[in-house]
Order: sequence, then C-alpha cells, then structure tokens
Amino acid sequence: MICQECHQRPATLQFTKIINGKKTEVMICEKCAQEKGDIFMDAGGPGFSINNLLAGLLNMESNIQQTKANAFPKTEERRCPHCHRSYKEFVHVGKFGCAECYKTFNEQLNPILKRVHSGNTAHIGKIPKRIGGTIYLRKQILDLKEMLKTHINQEEFEKAAEVRDKVRSLEKRYEALEGGEES
Amino acid sequence: MSLEKFVENALSSWMSAEGPEIDIVLSSRIRLARNFEDFTFPTSFSSDEAKKIIELVKKRIEEEVTPEIGKLELLEIDQLQPLEKRVLVEKHLISPHLVEESAKSACLLSENEEISIMINEEDHLRIQCLMSGLQLKETLKIANVLDDWIEESIDYAYDEERGYLTSCPTNVGTGLRASVMMHLPGLVLTQQMNNIIPAINQLGLVVRGIYGEGSQALGNIFQISNQITLGKSERDIVEDLTSVVQQIIAQERSARDALVRTSHIQLEDRIFRSHGILSNARIIETKEAATCISDVRLGIDLGYIKDISKSILNELMILTQPGFLQKYAGGPLKSHERDIRRAALIRERLNFTESTSS
Repeated sequence: MICQECHQRPATLQFTKIINGKKTEVMICEKCAQEKGDIFMDAGGPGFSINNLLAGLLNMESNIQQTKANAFPKTEERRCPHCHRSYKEFVHVGKFGCAECYKTFNEQLNPILKRVHSGNTAHIGKIPKRIGGTIYLRKQILDLKEMLKTHINQEEFEKAAEVRDKVRSLEKRYEALEGGEES
Repeated sequence: MSLEKFVENALSSWMSAEGPEIDIVLSSRIRLARNFEDFTFPTSFSSDEAKKIIELVKKRIEEEVTPEIGKLELLEIDQLQPLEKRVLVEKHLISPHLVEESAKSACLLSENEEISIMINEEDHLRIQCLMSGLQLKETLKIANVLDDWIEESIDYAYDEERGYLTSCPTNVGTGLRASVMMHLPGLVLTQQMNNIIPAINQLGLVVRGIYGEGSQALGNIFQISNQITLGKSERDIVEDLTSVVQQIIAQERSARDALVRTSHIQLEDRIFRSHGILSNARIIETKEAATCISDVRLGIDLGYIKDISKSILNELMILTQPGFLQKYAGGPLKSHERDIRRAALIRERLNFTESTSS
C-alpha cells in the first residue's frame, strides 16, 4: 500500500476519522502524517477524547517551534513555580496543573485559546462578586481613562473634565475597598 | 422491592417532571467548572489537598443554600458500593472520571437530584444543574445561585483577563457548558440529521449521541452543547443555544408532520410493532430496547398510543441500563441475564402504567 498523500512512500499508518458520524479512512506514511498536521497519531485507543485532541493541537505548536531551530529553547524547560508542571507535560495531557500555570505559560496560551474558542482570548462574562468586586471597578477606571485620553486628544476639554471627575470618584471607592480588604 | 417503589426511588425529578417542549427536549443541563485559589488542580494535586478541599466544602454545606434549594447531601465516592456508583453514572449525576478517582473525590446531591456538584473531578468543583424540558435560563439561574453561595466563603481561581481558570483550557473563561438532550426521531427517519449536524457544528455547538463522546445516537437521542467558553458571556451562550434548539424543535415538528401526512400507515405500523416487541419480548438488548422505546415515545407524542405516560422514555432509558438492572435484581448479572431482566422490567413497566391509567 502506497501513501495516499505523497504517492511515494509506503503507507504505515491508517487513520480512521469519524467526524460528525462520517467515517473516512486514509492510509498514509509517517512523514505525510506529520506534515499534514493530523494529530491522530496515537489515537484509536479507548478513551480518546477532546483532551487528546487538544494535546495534539498543543503538540503541533511545539513541533513548529522546534523546527524554528531552537528559537525558543526555554519554553520546553520552563516549569510552573507552583505545581512544577513543564510545558511539555501540559502538552502531553492537555491540562494545566494549577491556576499559576496560566501565568507561567501565558506566552504560549493565546494561540491555543484562539484555536479552541474561535478567536477569543479574553473573558467576557461573570465576575465573582466578592473577590471580583475591585476587579470590576478597576476595569471601569481603566476604560474611563482611555476615554479621557481620546477626549483630550480631540480637545474636548469639557467632556474630559467630566470623565476625570468620574475617574476620581471611582478611584476613591476603589481605594476604600482595597483598604477595607486589607484591614 | 416492588417495581413501582423501585422506580419511584430510581427517578430524578427531571425524568418525571413536565418541562416546556417536553415532547422533544428531554432535559436541560448547566455545568460550571470552578477551582479554588491556591490549590493545585485535581490533575496533579496530592491526596492531602484533595481531603482539604472536601473538608472546605463539607463545612460550607452545613448551612442551607436557600430555602428553595435546601440542604445538599455529601457522598464520598469511596464509601459507595460499585453498583451504586454505576447507577449514579447512569443517571448522569456523576461522571465515569469521578468514579475512577474514587479515593479523592466526592459529590453533593440535592434531594430531587436536580443539583449535583462533583468535587475533585477534572476541576475542584463541577456545579451541575439538570431540569426537565427546555429551560436553560432557569437552570443557569440555579447554578448561579449555588456558585455565588459557594463563593461567599471560598476564593475561586479567577483571572481578570482569562476569567475562571480551569484545568483544561477548553473550559476557561465562563467554565460554562450548557447542554440539551433532544429526542429527534422525525429528523432521523427523514434522514435530515446528517445535514443538520454539520450546520450546528458551524455555530460553535457540538452534537453527540447520549452515551459518551463519539458514540452512536442510541434511541434517536442527541445532546447539543456549546463548545466555546471564552469571550462570550453566560447569557449569550445560553441564548444562542436556546435559539438553535428552538430551530431544531421546529424542524423536528415539521418532519413529524410530514411523516404523518405521507406515510401514516407505515409509521403507525412501526410504532405498534415496537410496542408489541416491548410488551412481549422475553430477551432484549440495549440497542433494540432503545430503538423500540424511541418509537413508542413518538407514538405517544403523535397520539397513536394513548394509555402510556410521556415520561416512559426518560424512565426506561435510565432503568434499562446495566447498573439499574443489576440494582433491581439485587446483585451482579451476566450480559445475557441482563437482557432477560431488561425485557421483564420493560414488560412490567408497560403493564403497570396501563393498569393504573385504565
């Protein structure tokens, strides 16, 4: 059997893909499998799930990086200071070890999230009431400060003054809340 | 134990209650994934940490959530018999993964089984709410009440930019998975399902058969859920899913109408044959049972069969699972014994609804 992709090398792998109930079988060689980026390499076993798929997706990322001739040699070695998980381990299981991992591997995270969440990288939605109280305020303040800048740039000083007052009052509330939490 | 009593004990409220669009939508489910701050995720934590998390939750549930929700009962998975675990899985109250991690895991159940909170599954908490029919918004409301109530005393792992942090990046952001279980015999019989599934996928939603990922749709039952959890608000996720589900409901209804109009006698024949099998078979496998139950349920919805209650599909779907059969039998059964037991249970069940309704 010759590889159905390159029609040159002998096929060593058989892929059975079932996408939405449609079954397709492909016989290809190892090289094409890697090039095609089909990540069902070690699939077929029981318990194949979204996480395996994801692990495959992440693996592709690191494959690309490897081919860039050690341009990012440190990503493989970096470990999360809290749970000691390495990026490689994360890629292997497709799961993070702790909340800190999100910070540790922040650089690699955006492309992954984009792919999984159709282009989104930032949360819109619920903010926890208690711990999120100040986060919400801070977000508002940041937004207003942006507005302030544009008003000043466009020389709309009256509007700018209004916004500035709002920012001040919010900042006061913010400081009060922060102080309250610390005491 | 009499079957009646057994059934009564076996059913969760979503199976017998009557929700909106109940002829097509069996249930609505909301799941929120949450983790505690400063603890490693269950994928890599120690048994000590696992215990601490269970203790924290235990302390919290000594109080009543709200008068409507009442108190939650804590089950340590380790303490359960293998059969009991299996039954909880078959009722979709806990996941097979939680059972695998028995030593470290626990779950909280409300009395009517509308609420189940898995502890130390893939994430520290998986808050799940299940209601009958299409009522995702209401279900989300309850999940939010629980979420806020827990957050009152426990700090969640939350990041301003990324939202609720979860073990798997596929859940990060809202941590919300909304899903709906639908009975779609009309679309399957008219062979429209193969066109509809890709269309649904393009909207960022996932369709699967009910029993696990990638499994065939047993008994024409499909589960539809959101894939994206990041960059979309909870409300939008639920509203988008609801509107897609309403479209599918409309399509299913028109498929059923078309079937009745064009092949009335064939349909009637099929339904009553299935009814015949269920009321007379002495040996029946899961697959055949599921197909026949689906036909009978369609017969009830379309008015061909009048003396059986609608909830029969929900009930039998769960009751004919291996775990339940063995629990009913009072001990482990071999596969062929289960097929005999399944046939007996279905016959009895059909008989007692017929005798109680006449």
